[in-house]
Amino acid sequence: MDPAPSGSQTIGPFFHFALTTDEALGCLAGPDAKGERIHLRCRVLDGDGAPVSDAMIELWQADSDGRYNHPEDPRQKSHDPAFRGFGRLATNDEGVSVFETIKPGRVAGLDGALQAPHINLSLFARGLLNRLVTRIYFAGDPANQEDTVLSLAPEDRRDTLLAHPDPQHTGVWRFEVHLCSEHETVFFDV
Amino acid sequence: MNAYKRPDPAGQPVLQHDRYRSTIRRAPSKPLIVLPHTLTERTGPLFNHDAMGETDHDLTRQHPGEPQGERIIVAGRVIDDNGRSVRHTLVEICQTNAAGRYLHAKDNHPAPLDPNFTGGGRAMTDENGCYRFVTIKPGAYPWRNHINAWRPAHIHFSLFGPAFVTRLITQMYFPGDPLIPLDPVLESIPDEKARQRLVSRFDLDLTEPEWALGYRFDIVLRGRGSTPFEE
Repeated sequence: MDPAPSGSQTIGPFFHFALTTDEALGCLAGPDAKGERIHLRCRVLDGDGAPVSDAMIELWQADSDGRYNHPEDPRQKSHDPAFRGFGRLATNDEGVSVFETIKPGRVAGLDGALQAPHINLSLFARGLLNRLVTRIYFAGDPANQEDTVLSLAPEDRRDTLLAHPDPQHTGVWRFEVHLCSEHETVFFDV
Repeated sequence: MNAYKRPDPAGQPVLQHDRYRSTIRRAPSKPLIVLPHTLTERTGPLFNHDAMGETDHDLTRQHPGEPQGERIIVAGRVIDDNGRSVRHTLVEICQTNAAGRYLHAKDNHPAPLDPNFTGGGRAMTDENGCYRFVTIKPGAYPWRNHINAWRPAHIHFSLFGPAFVTRLITQMYFPGDPLIPLDPVLESIPDEKARQRLVSRFDLDLTEPEWALGYRFDIVLRGRGSTPFEE
């Protein structure tokens, strides 16, 4: 009989000294990375609207041309070598992590259609027995209309997957993760 | 290439588990949406052995002096649920010191810190999926989940595997710990056998004479199934 996957358990509140000591992981794109450079401000709020100040956020995204540095991607060989694609930060006392990255390109999706630009987000925290997975899309991108994953989310909750440009700060996008509330973010079972 | 299998829910924790109080205002209240595996989910960060420091896997040698406590060896094999080795993948660990105290400003358990112990380690699996750490046996500690609540001694394990979908954070427990049957965190996994798989085994073959006890902890990540992707 094949072995079953090990069960997930919470990261707990006290992981910082081991897992988030490398602040360079807040930047997914080296100085020479191609594409539109952005700052992505992610904020996590619990069911009472209180900031979640003990979470760890991980991001995974394609480069500016929609390529991953991974053997599963048929276009791996031409990926942008200055782009890492992976980020990891702890949230601060306001429940916020700010990542520096580039806006991802479009990646092949199901049925051959291209997906809209998106970033996969994993959230780990005390009280989360398994990670929560969501996706960040960019508000106003015309490709959002035809994205097959976005269309899986109930229409009235789809906007929880959108990052919005900060009207005060050019190049800054804001994304809020709402746990367990009326405005609960759409989370995915991967 | 074939799609990654989805695990049996009985072997994974329920997200809303009221006896673990922190889940109540944090775990999702609405059903998760099943996400088909696109290229984004089938890829993931890959790490390089060259990024490992010489003492990253040996938590007893990260400071000028030796830490207090019971020196142990924790080793095992990372495989997927088809039984195949997961090679060259990053394994990170995170734990308390021997007294049950985390090196963290917000841990106010009145147990001593150890100037010679941090509690973080990293290793890469080898060609056969094997990893090995040298560390100190962590202590049990009280938490305020309920009256007289104590977490069993445990080590947090973080693994990536080959894809976004194979990411796993779990906890390793120690055999014979009387706190295990009382623990709301472990209890969140419905299947008893799945819970037992998170308890390491004492292993005399891993144990080194006049040096350290050995505990074996094998980890299973999700593997690919027999059906192809839908693209």
